[in-house]
Amino acid sequence: MNIVVCVKHIPDPNLPGELDADNRLKREGVQGVLDPGDEFGVEAGLQLKEAQGGEVTLVSMGPATAQEAVRRGLSMGADKGVLVTDDSLKGADAYVTAKVLAEAIKKESPDLVIAGVESTDGYSGTMASTLAEFLGLPQVTFVKSIESAEGTLKVDRQTADGYHVVECPLPALITVTAGINEPRYASFKGIMAAKKKPLEQVGLSELGLSADDVKSWQNVTTVADAEARKAGEVIEDDGTGAAKIADFLKEAKVI
Amino acid sequence: MAKIWVYAEHQNGTVDPTALEILTKVRTLGDAEAIALGQGASQITGVLGEHGAKTVYVSEDAAFDDFIAEPAAHVLAELAKQQSPDLICFGMTYDARDIAGRLSAKLPATLMSNALDIESPELIKTAIFGGERIVDVSLEGDQKIAIFRAKSFAPEPDTSAGEPTVQQIDIAVPDETKRAKRVERHEEEASGPKLEEAPVVISGGRGLQEPDNFKLLDDLAAAIGGAAVGATRAVVDAGWVPYAYQVGQTGKTVKPSVYIAVGISGATQHVVGMKGSKKIIAINKDEEAPIFQMADLGIVGDALKIVPQLIEEVKSRKG
Ligand SMILES: Cc1cc2nc3c(=O)[nH]c(=O)nc-3n(C[C@H](O)[C@H](O)[C@H](O)COP(=O)(O)OP(=O)(O)OC[C@H]3O[C@@H](n4cnc5c(N)ncnc54)[C@H](O)[C@@H]3O)c2cc1C
Ligand SMILES: Nc1ncnc2c1ncn2[C@@H]1O[C@H](COP(=O)(O)O)[C@@H](O)[C@H]1O
Repeated sequence: MNIVVCVKHIPDPNLPGELDADNRLKREGVQGVLDPGDEFGVEAGLQLKEAQGGEVTLVSMGPATAQEAVRRGLSMGADKGVLVTDDSLKGADAYVTAKVLAEAIKKESPDLVIAGVESTDGYSGTMASTLAEFLGLPQVTFVKSIESAEGTLKVDRQTADGYHVVECPLPALITVTAGINEPRYASFKGIMAAKKKPLEQVGLSELGLSADDVKSWQNVTTVADAEARKAGEVIEDDGTGAAKIADFLKEAKVI
Repeated sequence: MAKIWVYAEHQNGTVDPTALEILTKVRTLGDAEAIALGQGASQITGVLGEHGAKTVYVSEDAAFDDFIAEPAAHVLAELAKQQSPDLICFGMTYDARDIAGRLSAKLPATLMSNALDIESPELIKTAIFGGERIVDVSLEGDQKIAIFRAKSFAPEPDTSAGEPTVQQIDIAVPDETKRAKRVERHEEEASGPKLEEAPVVISGGRGLQEPDNFKLLDDLAAAIGGAAVGATRAVVDAGWVPYAYQVGQTGKTVKPSVYIAVGISGATQHVVGMKGSKKIIAINKDEEAPIFQMADLGIVGDALKIVPQLIEEVKSRKG
């Protein structure tokens, strides 16, 4: 089965975020990583390939440094990568991202497209659904386990109070949750092998798109600090901590 | 006047409260209209009207319940072409995100996710860096889409509202949109009050050490009475409690009178889901834990010792 996994390169979430001159998340000149949420997608793709044969292609959009994220996925075991990078894509919103990724993904004629439920830095949680529409594919988001993927797809989809079993014809797009699997570590051998795997870089014109097609319809006009809550009393428990909490609850009239 | 639509998700005759929250806000910005799709849609037109919808478009077609996103996205797109709303609003639920995402490609329209407040269809507020900064975002295009986080506004009926006009949608659901089908539903009936509605929420994190210790929180909730138990993503991912417990960016948003964080570090993604609480109490053994920076009362100590004592203290005060 031909599988495409979307992988996003994001600023290291363990470092404080920075904004660029346009008040957008700074993506260049900062330490980046493969979005941890996308490791679940790569793992899901690799497991399907191991069970059913086929090929796993990673597709990403981002600055040239986003190569690192794609390499990381290749070192986990994916077969090849495509990175769409173009100056006019700076500040792309979810709609533009989906439009661009769709063009890159169409060329791969996938049976299954896998993305994360939401990205760690942008967390719009909508890019994948917009992508599914551009690709003309049915979609199942929030997949927490894949029961089968031969001919038709059968998956468990997380809901607010439990899960639904969903069936869907292939080709299709799914997004996977963090609970779906344990992503493997890249082995030394994997890292060495990844250096020789094909990683194609394409610009907009190669996808038949122009700068006008990818104009973002969103602009940040102002940025302000959120109202911070003030710290109250913090006390070391000396055996009376529980009593203090109980007094507090009484005062708040909840007991 | 701007025309603003609110997509009203509903289940068993009950509207998702977020739809009523959004209606309460947008009725002050223009003509508010609601869309209700799927079985039971006609039952909720009254409450949508009370909250400010002047017109409610309904379709009872079961395809909206059985098939994910595509039927709803198709019908919304066709209806929007006829009626030209300036903005289409959704609540941040699983299904709504899917529908909104597809609609964005169909119209086409830019889509603003995680919206927290709105000044006009062209200016919406959201948070970045896990809630540390608030940004104003201007939106372009004839039509726009916004997905609002739960509890961004307080729902209030409009006392001056008349009966809404109920309009049957006559757009058929094409067979080619009937693809991703729900074949089984497994919903866990939660016992006790709902997390989003309880006056007291007690949430546990990795600091509880073991899944079995979550029972302590159930006991504390029972002692307090009317309290609900929540959790961090760390323990949900570890399988200690079901996903329905999760509070935070990818989980539920709660605003109780009192929130008690037990063994929770206070990561920004957790905090966005609970920082609207009236009062916050934190128990953590690490005095440097970020949760203490927002707690009204913080106790530095071992949760496994303090919670059992607290249960006794609460019981004795209730007499
Ligand atoms: C895209 C994305 C979305 C996310 N969404 C969510 C979300 O919706 N909700 C969410 O909660 N998280 C979310 N997270 C995860 C979040 O970043 C944190 O990893 C998570 O909230 C941490 O959970 P925790 O506080 O239980 O664990 P930890 O951060 O490990 O904290 C455990 C705490 O327990 C304390 N402790 C240890 N032992 C004791 C003891 N005996 N007594 C008292 N205290 C003790 C420790 O000092 C520590 O502070 C998300 C992350 C990402 C990247
Ligand atoms: N620039 C990108 N390149 C590749 N995949 C992406 C990109 N942006 C988003 N995605 C995928 O879409 C998912 C949802 O992203 P978002 O809508 O930003 O929350 C992510 O988990 C990724 O799998």
